Amino acid sequence: MPEVGMEGQLKLKQARVLLVGAGGLGAPLGLYLAAAGIGKIGLVDFDVVDFTNLQRQVIHGTKDVGKKKLDSAFETMRDINPFVELVGHETALSSDNAMEIFSGYDIIVDGTDNFPTRYLVNDACVLLNKPNVYGSIFRFEGQATVFAYEGGPCYRCLYPEPPPPGLVPSCAEGGVLGILPGVIGLIQATETVKLILGIGEPLVGRLMLYDALNMKFRELKLRKNPECPVCGDHRTVTKLIDYVQFCGVPHQEGPVEPVAASGDIEPTEVKTKLDRGDKFTLIDVREPHEFQICRITGSTLIPLGELPKRVGELDKNAEIVAHCKSGARSAKAVDFLKQAGFKSVRNMKGGILAWSDKVDPSVPKY
Amino acid sequence: MARILIPTPLRQFAEKNDTVDLPGATVGEALSALTTRFPDLKKNLYNDEGKLRSFVNVYLNDEDIRYMNKEATALSDSDTISIVPSIAGGAFMGVNRV
Repeated sequence: MPEVGMEGQLKLKQARVLLVGAGGLGAPLGLYLAAAGIGKIGLVDFDVVDFTNLQRQVIHGTKDVGKKKLDSAFETMRDINPFVELVGHETALSSDNAMEIFSGYDIIVDGTDNFPTRYLVNDACVLLNKPNVYGSIFRFEGQATVFAYEGGPCYRCLYPEPPPPGLVPSCAEGGVLGILPGVIGLIQATETVKLILGIGEPLVGRLMLYDALNMKFRELKLRKNPECPVCGDHRTVTKLIDYVQFCGVPHQEGPVEPVAASGDIEPTEVKTKLDRGDKFTLIDVREPHEFQICRITGSTLIPLGELPKRVGELDKNAEIVAHCKSGARSAKAVDFLKQAGFKSVRNMKGGILAWSDKVDPSVPKY
Repeated sequence: MARILIPTPLRQFAEKNDTVDLPGATVGEALSALTTRFPDLKKNLYNDEGKLRSFVNVYLNDEDIRYMNKEATALSDSDTISIVPSIAGGAFMGVNRV
């Protein structure tokens, strides 16, 4: 293309881009940036490919289930373009390693799936003066912009405060249109290429909002906040902080196991109780659309949001076991019921996903 | 009447509505009418001191109200108020990575 030319292609070849996350957003990014001939692509991900990823993480396939996401992604990228230098960072990004990892790259692309990491990526980019190509998704909506570039705003200018844990559900819990991260990831890839080539108008100071259901693209103005603690006139954040604490989440390292609290019950034990005909109530606190996909015979559906209203349906003296998809929402249900005076409430560890693994593999996972 | 756009994560607190038309001379008044109609939204949009929580941004058409007159920003008919929360897709915070 005349706008790119050999000069532009060489710029791409000299560019060093870091993709944080090889999941929904990282998948199209990896594919297309390798295809574009970016010289060096780094990838940060410690996770392993799971069946439930395949609905949206198109860089991985059925044959890759169980493999490290890094290995799976690189295999596909190498196949697309063997001339790209691929560097894997098999680690959870943290305040201890982010600055060092980022320093080897020119552009950072945020394809992460949690708030603490987004704030970490942002702050490290501002401190290192590297652009942060941001994209995020939820259900049928996506956002994209370029932070920390040429005097533009950073993530904290837009959102000084993270949402309280649990308010904004994850893709795993809330569900997401699989195609959505494809669209947003490609917008991030486009912005990345534009930044490298220095052509076009990047999304600096502009928040692009995509509404897939109504097929609308909107744009909101983003301004740099002069009082931003990280990039403003009077900076108070001059080094990386504890982001997990900042976002109000209990501390975790790397891949997370459900917190084993006393009062958890294994799915196998729940099965034994059901088979024995024990007198207890199994409540499922997921949403109706999840109940349609799969359920445990003998369970009663009371979505978490309806529990306060419907708590009268349950006997305070009865033995209750609560479950959800993975154990997170049911843990909240257990807390709520205990506070409401229920004597015997336990959380089925690992949710219906663990039930599928350990009790009944015919129960589909999603 | 202003049109208020409710983002997906907050629709559970607004009886699943994605758009609500409400009266108000200022953004603040329209938001107040919104939280009166949907009290559950109030807890999520405002902190205990009655200030808009900062993981949520409010736009009048395409401009952030923080850089206009905040909640005192005047509204005209056919204005659109967008509530834009931070979203991050992916894993549920603090618990099992699925």
